[in-house]
Amino acid sequence: MITIAKSTQVVLDIRSSDQVNLARKAVQDWATRMAFGTLERTKFVTAASELARNTLIHGMGGTLTIEEVSQNGRAGLRLVFEDTGPGIPDIQRALEDGFSTAKSMGLGLGGARRLVSEFDITSTVGQGTRVSITQWKRR
Amino acid sequence: MEQIPVLKLGEFLLVSIQVELHDELVLSLQDDLTSRIERTRAKGVLIDISALEIVDSFIGRTLGHIAAMARIMDAATVLVGMRPAVAITLVELGMSLHGIRTALDVEKGMALLRQSLDDAE
Repeated sequence: MITIAKSTQVVLDIRSSDQVNLARKAVQDWATRMAFGTLERTKFVTAASELARNTLIHGMGGTLTIEEVSQNGRAGLRLVFEDTGPGIPDIQRALEDGFSTAKSMGLGLGGARRLVSEFDITSTVGQGTRVSITQWKRR
Repeated sequence: MEQIPVLKLGEFLLVSIQVELHDELVLSLQDDLTSRIERTRAKGVLIDISALEIVDSFIGRTLGHIAAMARIMDAATVLVGMRPAVAITLVELGMSLHGIRTALDVEKGMALLRQSLDDAE
């Protein structure tokens, strides 16, 4: 389901793996329409893919808000992933790397953070998690 | 159902992925390839990902699993045609795809597979 709040913002449900695919596609289309460079777009869509999967699997489903933003005349794309799942007790540890080490939580948050211009996460145990990422266009 | 074609070319299997991959699709490719390796006794698998704009951790990990399974079944795997932006993104994501052989294009990939066959003999 797509709810159009403003002309520059959409909210997508992420409650099935099909919707994860649709969310990834939507982000790709927006980044293409905004004429991001290939590398910026690839990094951003990949980060979105990681986070959308987290929202579905670890957050038990939630929403993605896609929004065009601007700052000092610079255009950007912002994604906010919100779920009402179990939350993350130790965000610092969750941000540590390691798809390969058994020690890490394997959420890929550290990796996703490196791929974007801005990364912000808040989480409350028992209430849910909110991750916001922004990619600014290169001037 | 959506499916990625697997072509047999002599002793090798050739896969050219022309659609954007998602989790279910790459998992079904994994199942497909392992059963085709068993059925055809293929000695090598070439996977062309030049059309792929996005390879995230799940897809990267599954491609690694495919290579590992193929190796256990005595077939070599070569991944070819990765776009530069995809390579940069994977490294920054922390996925180095170690354990999977890569080549720049299909031709070089086929050469690698033939060479691995010669080495084995």
